[in-house]
Order: sequence, then structure tokens, then C-alpha cells
Amino acid sequence: MSHALSKLLDAIDKADSAASLSDAVQDLADACLIESAPNLIEALSYNNPGAAVAAVNGLVQLGEATVPALLEQLDRNNYTARAWAIRALASIGDPRGLLTLLGAATADISMSVRRAAARGLGNMKWHQFPPKFLGIAQTEALDALLFVAQQDEEWVVRYAGVVGLESLAISSQPDSNPRRSQIQRQLALMANQEESPAVRARIWQAQQQLQKNTPSLTDLSQTKQSALSSTDWEQILTRLYNRKLKERTVLNAGDPIYYRDLVSPSIPARVS
Amino acid sequence: MDDLIEIHNDGQLTIETAIANLQGKDLGLRVYAAWWLGRFRVKTEAAIQVLIAALSDDDDRTEGGGYPLRRNAARALGKLEQQEAVPHLVQVLHCTDFYVREAAAQALEQLGNPSAIPDLLRLLRGQTTGTLPAPEPPQLIQPFDAIIEALGTLGAIEAVTDITPFLDHGVPRIQYATARALYQLTPEPEKARKYGDLLIEALSSEDLQLRRAVLADLGAIGYLSAAEAISATLAENSLKLIALKGLLEKELTQTTAPNLSDGAQQVMTLMDNLL
Repeated sequence: MSHALSKLLDAIDKADSAASLSDAVQDLADACLIESAPNLIEALSYNNPGAAVAAVNGLVQLGEATVPALLEQLDRNNYTARAWAIRALASIGDPRGLLTLLGAATADISMSVRRAAARGLGNMKWHQFPPKFLGIAQTEALDALLFVAQQDEEWVVRYAGVVGLESLAISSQPDSNPRRSQIQRQLALMANQEESPAVRARIWQAQQQLQKNTPSLTDLSQTKQSALSSTDWEQILTRLYNRKLKERTVLNAGDPIYYRDLVSPSIPARVS
Repeated sequence: MDDLIEIHNDGQLTIETAIANLQGKDLGLRVYAAWWLGRFRVKTEAAIQVLIAALSDDDDRTEGGGYPLRRNAARALGKLEQQEAVPHLVQVLHCTDFYVREAAAQALEQLGNPSAIPDLLRLLRGQTTGTLPAPEPPQLIQPFDAIIEALGTLGAIEAVTDITPFLDHGVPRIQYATARALYQLTPEPEKARKYGDLLIEALSSEDLQLRRAVLADLGAIGYLSAAEAISATLAENSLKLIALKGLLEKELTQTTAPNLSDGAQQVMTLMDNLL
């Protein structure tokens, strides 16, 4: 262990108040040491919001290298730490976090986790996806974001869903204009049906942004930056297909959502 | 996590059982039923009637003489948007229990009916007799912050002289409530700024509870100049987002849809970064 790291960890051990603990974690995060990632992840479970915010920011700074450890944290049985880890994944935008974010945006019980995950789905580093996976990944993200933006019961989550849709439309490949125009059609429907003035305003903003912003070719210099191995990609894809399969089984088993969507392509009335 | 409590209907109660529980013998179930009817916005006539009746309940008493059921009933009625509750809530402004008066003042603010102004003003002036102070330090004589906020929201211009001295009250929470009300009651934007700026300053208070309260105040008045300061406040993102939503919605009333002012767009950019 480097001297710098052990000194910072020592300060965390010695912290004797919530404020000093949070400061010590902040110092650890500010140091930007890649070997501190496990300790920052540990700090997500201190049950100290200040420390957790600092740790999330630190992990986001360190970026993709922290993703495997973050995914491991998700399997542990600490809800609060899990929620913070999801927020870090949402900001990092690494493709390995996609599945987690799809699940969290649509089904987490905490609205702040759904909110962060929805933003994260729009923020994915799509250029890292190999072309053959990009289509299915973006389609899944789109489905989840439409669900969130139209049906979540909390205004702030729908707001985040709109922000996610806008980012997704802007980052969609030039050859997937159908997705972009699908988002624009949905935004137009939502503008008429959304009851929260703030969310409605964000929809208008997204519509105006998309009208202004014409799709541009993805910067090719970015496309080969992903450090993911072919095994990583296989895992991501397998899990995506499993997810789709499960959805189909559930929906076909008489879920009213399935039939409602068949009957009416427009947005169902939300229970307020 | 930075959420406040997120509550989901646990599926235990139905509207009918809640109403029945509220009239039943089990005091615990009664006080919970009153809360539940408010939380799930049960606006049926039957619910309103049992809640109004609960405002004069004498069975549920604390050791110190408080009326927990009356408190919850008043809070619920504030959420249910039914004007028929107004005269009954005005009545309980005379209750001995400090917290019942506080809940009633808040509910009257939520119901937005100016007919409550004279009684709120009498309470503020100390002209209501027989009330007991708060049981905890600093043992305030009246729930001044709730009363002042209600007068501000109800547009009680006639209360300005009585409210203004509270800017110097020893309890910071009451000072901020006063600044918020005076902002709302000052028609000239240039003069009102001074009160909005007081609240911006208060966002850097040392006390997290106070910062949270001030965020809510700024959201309630929709003071656009506070946008940056709100987004930089040391508090939970969810509370900052709610405050910024207040600013955004106020700003939206200045333009016709779907036009967005520069201010509205700036607020949304700040909100996007807090998600």
C-alpha cells in the first residue's frame, strides 16, 4: 500500500464524528488514487451521506476501472450502499452497468435511485458498444426510459426520464434516425398528457433541443476506447437477452400493460 | 440515501377500514387512520366528515395534555383541499395544544382561503386566550413560523406591520418564515428582493435542518435569483430539486407555452445536473 493511501485511510479510521469522517473520505476521493477504489466503495456503507457523496464523486472520477468492484458491491446485502453504487454507475456510463441501470430505473423502490438510473441510461457511453450490440442496447434503454418518463408516479423521476430520452436521442447513431424520430413522437404525446408543469417544461426543452441539434456522425476516434473483453460483451448481451425473454414471458402471461399497449399506442393515464 | 421517507401504501388499509378505524376505540389505529387519509388523499365526503369530527376529539391525550389525533386530523385536512374544513380549522386555532394550532395554521395555508386571516392575525398578536406554549424549548408561545407563513401565502397585506418585527426574532426558523412572507406580501419586486436575498444568505447556515427549511421557503416563493445558490447548497439533491421546481414553475407563469424564458432554461440546466 502506498504511503499516501495508508495515511488517508488512517484518517478515516481515526475519524470520531460524522463530519470528520465525511471530510476524511473527501480527502481520500480528492487524492484520485486508483488503488483507493475498494476503500471508496467501503465508504458507501458507512451510513454517512456526506461520506457517501464524496465517495461516489471519487469513484466517478476514477471511472471505468472501478466498475467491476461497484458491480460486486451490488450483490451485497446493504440497500443504502447499493443505491449509492447505482448512482456511481449512472455517472460513469460504462456499458457493464447497463443492466443494473435498466432494472434500477424501472423498479427500484427509492425515487432518487430511479432518478439517477434514468439519467444514467441517457448517459451511457454508447460509442463503446460494438456496432452489433448497439441496436439492442439502445432499444432496451429506450423502452425503459419511455416507461419511466410516462409512468413513474414521481415527477422528478419522469423529469429524469425526459432528460434521459433527450440524451439518448442526441447520441443515437445517424443510421438510427427511426429511434430519434420515435423519441420525438413520444415527446409530443407526453407534452399533451404530462400533468406536472415542471416536467412539461422539460419536455418542451427536449423537443427544442432535438429540433436544433441535427444528428452528427459519432466521433470515430472514440469508438475503440472500450477496454472490455469479448467475455464482458458476451455477458452483457446474454443478460440483455435474458431480460427481454423474461419480460416477454411476464407480459404475455396476461399482464394488463401488454394488452393496453396493444389497444392504444398512446400514453396511458397515470394514477396520480 | 438522500430521500426523505418514501412511503408506499402497505395494502393494509382501505378507505372504508380507515374511516371505520378513525371512529373506533383503538387510539393507535385512529391516529394512524387520520394520517393515512391525508397521505393517500382520500377526498370523499365521509372522510372529510370524520376528520372534522376528530378535530374535537377528547379521548386521545398525551401526558402533557396534547391532542395527537386532532394534530393528525388537521394535517390531513390540509392535504385534502376541501374548503368546508376551513371554519373548523379556524376553531382549533384556539386549541390549548401548541402542535394542534401549528397543524391548523399549516392546513389553513394549504387550503388557501383568506377567510382565515383575521383569526391567524389574532393568534399572532397574542389576542387568543387560553393557549399553552410549546412543551419543548424554546417553549414558543405560538407557532409563529406557521402562522406567518400562512399569512404570507394567503396574501394578508394587512398583516405586514405585525409580521415585520419577527425578522429579528431569536429563532432563525421564524426569521426565515418572516422573510418568506414579506417577500410574498411586498408587491414591488425591487423591495421584495431584500427578503429573497435574506433567504439566499440563510442557505449557508451551519445547521442542515435550517438549510433544508430555507430551501423549501425559496421553492415556495419561486425566487429566481436564488437558483445558483440553491444548486450549490450543502443538502440533499432531492430537496434542491424540489426547490428549483418551485422556481421553474413560477417562471413558467411568465411565458406562454411552449415558450421557455432564459430563466426557466437556466433552472432546468441546474436541475439536470442534480438528477
